[in-house]
Amino acid sequence: MTAPAAIASTDGVATGSAKRPSRFGRLPLHVAVVGLVVIWLIPTIGLLINSFRPPQEVTQSGWWTAIFAPAQLTLDNYVHVLNQSNIGQGFVNSLFISIPATIIPVMVAAFAAYAFSWMEFPGRNVLFVIVVGLLVIPLQTTLIPILQLYGPKGLNIAGSFLAVWLAHTAYGLPFAVFLLRNFMGALPKEVFESAALDGASPVTSFLRLALPMSVPAIAALSIFQFLFVWNDLLVALIYIGAASPQNQPLTIVVAGLVNSLGGGWQYLAAAAFLTMAVPLAVFFGLQRYFVRGIVGGSVKG
Amino acid sequence: MDPRLITAIIVVVGVPTVLIGYIVLTEQVLRLFPERLKPKIRPWLWLAPALAFLIVWLVYPTIGTAIRSFQNSTGTKFIGFDNFVWFFTNPATIGALKNNVIWLVVMTILCVGLGLLIAVLVDRVRYESVAKAFIFVPLAISMVAAGVIWKFMYDYQTAGTTQIGTLNASLGGLGIGPIPWLQVSDFSVNTILLIVVMTWMWTGFCMVIISAALKGISVELLEAARVDGANEWQVFRGIILPLLLPTLAVVSTTIIITALKAFDIVYVMTSGNFDTEVMANRMIKEMFTNGNFGRASAIAMVLLLAIIPVMALNIRRFRAQEAIR
Repeated sequence: MTAPAAIASTDGVATGSAKRPSRFGRLPLHVAVVGLVVIWLIPTIGLLINSFRPPQEVTQSGWWTAIFAPAQLTLDNYVHVLNQSNIGQGFVNSLFISIPATIIPVMVAAFAAYAFSWMEFPGRNVLFVIVVGLLVIPLQTTLIPILQLYGPKGLNIAGSFLAVWLAHTAYGLPFAVFLLRNFMGALPKEVFESAALDGASPVTSFLRLALPMSVPAIAALSIFQFLFVWNDLLVALIYIGAASPQNQPLTIVVAGLVNSLGGGWQYLAAAAFLTMAVPLAVFFGLQRYFVRGIVGGSVKG
Repeated sequence: MDPRLITAIIVVVGVPTVLIGYIVLTEQVLRLFPERLKPKIRPWLWLAPALAFLIVWLVYPTIGTAIRSFQNSTGTKFIGFDNFVWFFTNPATIGALKNNVIWLVVMTILCVGLGLLIAVLVDRVRYESVAKAFIFVPLAISMVAAGVIWKFMYDYQTAGTTQIGTLNASLGGLGIGPIPWLQVSDFSVNTILLIVVMTWMWTGFCMVIISAALKGISVELLEAARVDGANEWQVFRGIILPLLLPTLAVVSTTIIITALKAFDIVYVMTSGNFDTEVMANRMIKEMFTNGNFGRASAIAMVLLLAIIPVMALNIRRFRAQEAIR
């Protein structure tokens, strides 16, 4: 796969592939690289600084003025935003939605991947190709029938966390099965054969061998799925939406703020950074797995 | 007890217990069967949860949407191809379709082009991994957060007042503007500005994959060309670019699918107003604002039919890679 190769390179230092001209000749290169990085950072830095500025300042002058007068910076916006019940609650809801919507598909996919890798049954390869082929379905195609299935005439779970967990599980499965089956299938055959000879049941082999040996793949997959759900707006909007405001994740709350806020830019900035806090922590804490998960997983819809 | 606490317990303890419990129970169920049948039944017990999810939440609704796309707004009557005729004749939906084409072309060119440029540039500096991390990080955040970040960039205040948006303030320093960026639909300026936001997010993705392919090119080959007198541009055009072509094709398919499904950025930043509508956002409007499930389903089907060929290419790549292993 492309992913592991991508990881190796992100951690490595530049190899001396280019002929190195004189220090002075390389100046334009450094200017270009640093310039691009600065351009990429400016939007985020601007919002970050504004999120720490007092309201009257934010509406009176641009964020850059704060660089010359850092003394005015304050945590008030964050305190205000966290005290607004729907934002604090949105943060908790996002966790309540994201954690099971990560655990369920990863485990269910692991069961299936183990069967596809280490059990013999007719139609095994065809079924695997069909499961991976379901990646072509954009989730938009499923919204209306599932919304009706969740309605009062169906399961009657519209607006609940369960509704979103189940939907995210299915949306994440084709890619999850694909990734885990590739990884588990590549584990050494002898390990499972000798375990079976020693009388280990498939459940024991799965829990004691296959799962622990697949940790790199499971970690990458879990991070990808967690961030996909944490950052999701569409699925939550449709299945939770306005029906049960008390269950809305942070993305819906913040998207609502964008449209409703008149002069509360500084609160919006703080709220946006609260939604970003978790992904950024994951990124800087688990960068290696993170890149692998994102790069491998971005093919998912 | 506080319902939030109950939810928390279900989330942390209940869900994993049910999952592990299920797989442990399969062996108990298998005891009911004769030894000979066990290996035949066992795989299906392990696959059952996955297949159930896929059938109920992906296969059944896709068929349902296909059927609904031929029905009227409430799903009580079949009306043939009327919804599709509406889609391809209504100015609003044609506008959305046109914008999706702009998204597809502009976003792919910008993301892949910039990704390639940055990958080649950072390959030559020592602080490569730091530079790459900064370019890559926007992909980690939600499009909602990205939308907020860029609303500040594009912010517009009436002329004469202090501009607090980064873009208008910078241009104001040069004596230009202020311009209400997200409302300028001439030459699709606002749509392209929305695409810039997604480009900001997805360039890092292209860069990481292209960079990995770049490391795979043999150093000896490049050195040999340089020894033969080729300059850096000739090395790039003659060797690096041709060898990177398959990788560029691969990242392009991913970006094309992302562009076709563009939704969040438009929803958060303009709600599709000022001629920035896209198919995915239009579909949600047909669903909730107009309550026309037939038309919404038809839009979803157009989206599906547009994505299938691109995704099929992507899956063929998966299979090819697997064959190599």
